[in-house]
Amino acid sequence: MTTMSSIITVVRNASAPVRVHDRIGSWIAPAIMLAVLLAAPAVLSDFRIALLGKFLTFAMLAISLNLIWGYAGMLSLGHGVFFGLGGYAMAMYLKLESAGGKLPDFMFWSGLTELPFFWAPFKYAWFAIPMTFVVPAVLAGALGYLVFRSRITGVYFALITQALALIVSILFIGQQAYTGGTNGITNYTTIFGYALNAPSMQLTLYYASVAALTVAYLLCWWLISSRLGRLLVAMRDDENRVRFSGYDPAVLKTLVFSLSAGIAGVAGALFTPQVGIISPTMMGIVPSIEIAIWVAVGGRGVLLGAVIGAVVVNGAKSGLSESFPAVWQYFLGLLFIGAVLLFPSGIMGLLRGEGWQRPWWLSREQIRGAISRLVPGATR
Amino acid sequence: MEVWALQLFNGLSLSSILLLIALGLALSFGLMNVINLAHGEFIMIGAYTTYALQQAALSFTGDPQSGVTFLIAIPVSFVVAGAAGYVVENALIRFLYRRPLDTLLATWGVGLFLQQLARSIFGAPNVQVVAPPWLGSALTVTSDLVLPIKRVFILALVTACIGGLYWYMYRSSEGRRMRGVMQNREMAASLGVSTRRVDSFTFALGSGLAGIAGCALTLIGPIGPSLGTFYVVDAFIVVILGGLGQVPGTILAALIIGMLNTMLEFGTTAVVGKVLVFAMVILFLQWRPAGLMRAKGR
Repeated sequence: MTTMSSIITVVRNASAPVRVHDRIGSWIAPAIMLAVLLAAPAVLSDFRIALLGKFLTFAMLAISLNLIWGYAGMLSLGHGVFFGLGGYAMAMYLKLESAGGKLPDFMFWSGLTELPFFWAPFKYAWFAIPMTFVVPAVLAGALGYLVFRSRITGVYFALITQALALIVSILFIGQQAYTGGTNGITNYTTIFGYALNAPSMQLTLYYASVAALTVAYLLCWWLISSRLGRLLVAMRDDENRVRFSGYDPAVLKTLVFSLSAGIAGVAGALFTPQVGIISPTMMGIVPSIEIAIWVAVGGRGVLLGAVIGAVVVNGAKSGLSESFPAVWQYFLGLLFIGAVLLFPSGIMGLLRGEGWQRPWWLSREQIRGAISRLVPGATR
Repeated sequence: MEVWALQLFNGLSLSSILLLIALGLALSFGLMNVINLAHGEFIMIGAYTTYALQQAALSFTGDPQSGVTFLIAIPVSFVVAGAAGYVVENALIRFLYRRPLDTLLATWGVGLFLQQLARSIFGAPNVQVVAPPWLGSALTVTSDLVLPIKRVFILALVTACIGGLYWYMYRSSEGRRMRGVMQNREMAASLGVSTRRVDSFTFALGSGLAGIAGCALTLIGPIGPSLGTFYVVDAFIVVILGGLGQVPGTILAALIIGMLNTMLEFGTTAVVGKVLVFAMVILFLQWRPAGLMRAKGR
């Protein structure tokens, strides 16, 4: 019983008050990071910059999840869907522009003769780009309102969003004529009339990602340091109390969930042109839950943590998984377990000196015994 | 008429497998408030246990279709998957009570690990278990209604499992303690019930049932390392619809989901069927957020 209660205390401490006014955390570190990102193209090769640009879209996705999980306590296991929807909205524009007025190739192969009505407006960038935010935000808003209104929280919410990830991904695989099926949408040539694969365009997209990430960061930072942010943390810790204080948690949660999905969608929209493809593999159950591990590794409840976590985990992934795919799978499995049990406050927690947790299989007495055996005379 | 009877039968068959998978989830949620995302991997363990037994029998007797091996495989899958569940509960999950979201992530990690382990041992491609010959025939009800014996056998197997579970929960002293802890943990503990023991046994029991489900799935198609992932999400939906932790609710929900899935797939396509079922569950929860059956706890 003592082990359990002590773990619970430790976790409470780890996730307890969000230090919004922590000056180093909220201003200086992000500013240094932004400077590094802006200067990166001067040092890194084009290939590395393309990779980093992709990671930045993941970082934005991680921020969007951190907003609702780290602060409001809603773990969405379906955030890949919102990222994917944004990505698809952008891909529809890119595909139509590349097709040059003709029917996109995969539609032709699937036997369609004319453009479906919902594809038609996506040939205009002024329509497609806002849609990368609107479509995921509306879906999340509708689902969120229904779910939160019936006071579905915690595990139920996580499982329902996971089912959403499964269903949307099989829906996109199944509707080949409209979505490109398993292969997704690919083979774009131009964006806004410029060649997409030109190094200058890749660099522009990189800077666009940096800018979008900065805007998303500032937006979330402003949100969580506002009154709404305090309410979010309050809802995470005791939803009924917020309800009894006269707020409607369903509306607040829906609002934040929807905003988070919109940010994820914009991240997806930046991902598509940089990587050159969007496919259902980006929106299934597996990629959706991996977002949670980025956030957990970086440090949930700290905005910057999500950025660091996304870049670190994906960096490790692209390093390890290409040469040792099996090792990476084992490592990822252990990372999920370790991130929860050994370092629940993530890299940011370590940086702040909150330290590692006591390994969960050892009791306090065992550790004390081991220390005193190793270092005779040590009291602690 | 026969077409509908066949659909009804297929629905029942899908429901029965979903039920076997969902029961373990419902029990451990009712007891410990944790959901095990690695539950699908216990299905996979059961399936690969059946496969391994068959390979072993093949090397000893040279006969791949030995009908006895499959019968032995059922209890063995139960024990192997149950033991795996026991280990996971003791090594990990018991430290995570009251942290349900963290449990989701940690058990997902366990699932990834187990999947990769299966890939390393048995290889990434799917493998096939040869069904024993006595399961290969079909039961001819009328000339248009032919039921595969395999599916009838699975139905019987699940019925037997439910019977066994009923006996365990309502007729054995072990089960009485389990129900006691489910209703009021503190009170049961103060009356001398070892809640630790009940927790880990229940978890192992649920994992074992998933193992049996895995064994049954080898009759339906080829098996692979990610076999469980496909079924487990449907099982989550069953558990949510049934009311988390409620056995009668879970049985009813499995029947409803299995039937709806089969009927809607028949009327439309597999994908549209799934989307419709999901939408219906979300709308149903508007009306009864706690699911079909509510927990009567204090």
